[in-house]
Amino acid sequence: MRNFGFTTTKSRTIDYEKIDTRLISYILQNEPSFNACLSCGSCTAICSAGNLTSFNIRKLSLQIRLGDIENTKLEIDKCMLCGKCLLECPRGINTRNVIMLIKKGLNIIDKNEI
Amino acid sequence: MENYFILPFTLGMITLFVILFIKYGLWIARLSHIDKLRIIQCIFTRRTWDAIVESVMEGLLHRSIFKRNPLLGYMHMSLAFGWFLLIVVGHIEGFLCYGTFANAPWIPIFFQYFVHYQFPGERIMTNLMDFLLLFILSGVLLAYFKRLNSKIFGIKKTTKLKPFDKMAMIALWFIFPLRLFAESATAALYGNGGFLTNSVANLFILIHVTPTMESILWWAYSISLGLFFVGMPFSRYMHILTEVLFIFLRHYGIKLKKQFNSYSRIQVYSCSRCGVCIDVCQMHVANISNNQSVYILKNIRDQNLTDRKLYNCLLCGRCEQVCPVKINLNDLRISQRIRATKEYNSDYAFLQSLPNETPTTGKQPEVIYFAGCMTHMTPGIKKSIVKVLDKANVNYIFMDKEKGACCGRPLMLAGQYEAAKKLIDFNRKKILESGAPVLLVSCPICYKVFRDDYELGQITIKHHSEYFLELVEQGRISLKKSNSSIVYHDPCELGRGCNVYEQPRELLKKTGTLLSAKQEKVMSLCCSGSLGDLSLSMPDRNVIKAETLKVLLQKNPDVLATACPLCKKTFVKGVNIQVKDIAEIVANAME
Ligand code: SF4
Ligand code: SF4
Ligand code: SF4
Ligand code: SF4
Repeated sequence: MRNFGFTTTKSRTIDYEKIDTRLISYILQNEPSFNACLSCGSCTAICSAGNLTSFNIRKLSLQIRLGDIENTKLEIDKCMLCGKCLLECPRGINTRNVIMLIKKGLNIIDKNEI
Repeated sequence: MENYFILPFTLGMITLFVILFIKYGLWIARLSHIDKLRIIQCIFTRRTWDAIVESVMEGLLHRSIFKRNPLLGYMHMSLAFGWFLLIVVGHIEGFLCYGTFANAPWIPIFFQYFVHYQFPGERIMTNLMDFLLLFILSGVLLAYFKRLNSKIFGIKKTTKLKPFDKMAMIALWFIFPLRLFAESATAALYGNGGFLTNSVANLFILIHVTPTMESILWWAYSISLGLFFVGMPFSRYMHILTEVLFIFLRHYGIKLKKQFNSYSRIQVYSCSRCGVCIDVCQMHVANISNNQSVYILKNIRDQNLTDRKLYNCLLCGRCEQVCPVKINLNDLRISQRIRATKEYNSDYAFLQSLPNETPTTGKQPEVIYFAGCMTHMTPGIKKSIVKVLDKANVNYIFMDKEKGACCGRPLMLAGQYEAAKKLIDFNRKKILESGAPVLLVSCPICYKVFRDDYELGQITIKHHSEYFLELVEQGRISLKKSNSSIVYHDPCELGRGCNVYEQPRELLKKTGTLLSAKQEKVMSLCCSGSLGDLSLSMPDRNVIKAETLKVLLQKNPDVLATACPLCKKTFVKGVNIQVKDIAEIVANAME
């Protein structure tokens, strides 16, 4: 192709066909309440880990839905399971279980079991 | 020749002893080195005697079950103690008859069959044996009823059985009625019965009992004994002997470890499936009736414990409180969680890059205060603690005023042991470096982990209810009594977890009229907010909470007091009266 001296940015379209749904399906299967998340961010505002680091549980929840497994692996380890988000969530989502399921789900994916 | 009928019994007994020898041998061999040393050190001390006494009281007399449920207690006692006496008295009979205790093991078991003639004390002994048999039979009868209808025992659900359990149980049901019939048949033929066997023998005479029938009955009795002995090591009845081993090890000071080990296994096999833990569990309110401790222990034995069952438990400790065998049910469950999640623990590398200086006050601090995540969520409590400390002129360090790591207990409850250790190390260093002699906490969840897992040496750990009571007693603060009525809710981790029941009540009595609740102190209910449960849904939590509130608010108090930020946060969303932490009440009542 001819070089015009400029580049195009990577397409930001989300291709739903190509999303890695293994993790999100595993979580939803075992904790259906996660479906009700409206991304309000209350959990993130109160988060103990968020107070110490750049950890953002709301963002992570979106990334999981988009199948970003690599980043989830790096991030989830910061959560201390303190349970503040559980008390704050207006939708009554069992957030601590979601987090344990993320950890377990990632472990299972690593072992190629799902 | 006709004595072959002793074979099923004898072979069964030999099999039983061989299996038990191997099983217990392996369990004891697999205890840690330190635990073994501890046993050797303690074996010739008073502890052995205490263990023997407890084995008799619990293993034979079943005192604890008795206290909770007399009918169930009687059933267990008549079977265990009655059978034990039957064997002892049988041996005495053998001694009186043959002049020695060194008789073949089947002599006392089939005594009536072998001895038809007079010996010293025969009448008394025979009637005594009949009485014991009657005693056991009454227990067997209750056991039949229990299977048919467990409600009369106040048990909601009786436990389900595996094939070996069934075999052993049916054999057990048959042993004593068959013994009665066999002895009665012999009595009908030779007239050597007591009051019970002679009465049955009179019926047998009516139907003309023959020596063949007699022999068949003795065979049947022997076979049922043999089947029971062979089935026993693989069935629930294994608990009878394991419990005794457990009692001894417990008296020798062996403690349950975080990792599931041989001692944990002994505890698991000590469960008698009495079902006492089923009834106290609040999960029934939310129609959850498959995750109570007795089922979990069974799943551990059968190796089919699912995550959902493992995690669906408030770890409130009510079942542990009532368990007659004193199994460490909470920690056992946690050790299973540790096992289930050991492949994915965080290392919290970010802790290393946090600014790591310990805050100081310039002078030697009296106290280092750790608020913890939950207190930070309830600013009212935090402010009150600070207010009281300032008022009493306490020189303190606020350890996690701006930024702090979690205490690690929530991780521990979820089984994330390695991860929890990272947080513990981080916090521990700060606490030790502060130089303060007292660590003050305002959350029972933190309190529990500080006490159990932090190893803080000389530092005393105090919950604010304990510390504030001391401040009052030392005259550093004084409280004004109002006329409001208060009911106090014992948080699980503070009450059953750390044994603090009286200090909060003492404080509350100084600020108002303290009402009692129907279920309080050791039997207090869980608020439902527990971090121990990972799978309970919010609607289910609310159902449980409503029940707890019903009990607490029965006497229409003005204030519902608690001593835990999580309990407070949980209750606030369910009532229209004031819910206050004891810190807030004290701060308000200060003069
Ligand atoms: S449990 Fe994890 S995500 Fe939730 S508030 Fe605590 S640290 Fe944040
Ligand atoms: S608080 Fe609940 S609903 Fe809001 S973003 Fe967090 S999980 Fe989702
Ligand atoms: S755990 Fe304890 S209370 Fe429950 S059935 Fe077993 S022995 Fe009984
Ligand atoms: S700890 Fe509490 S919730 Fe869990 S099984 Fe025991 S009584 Fe039930």
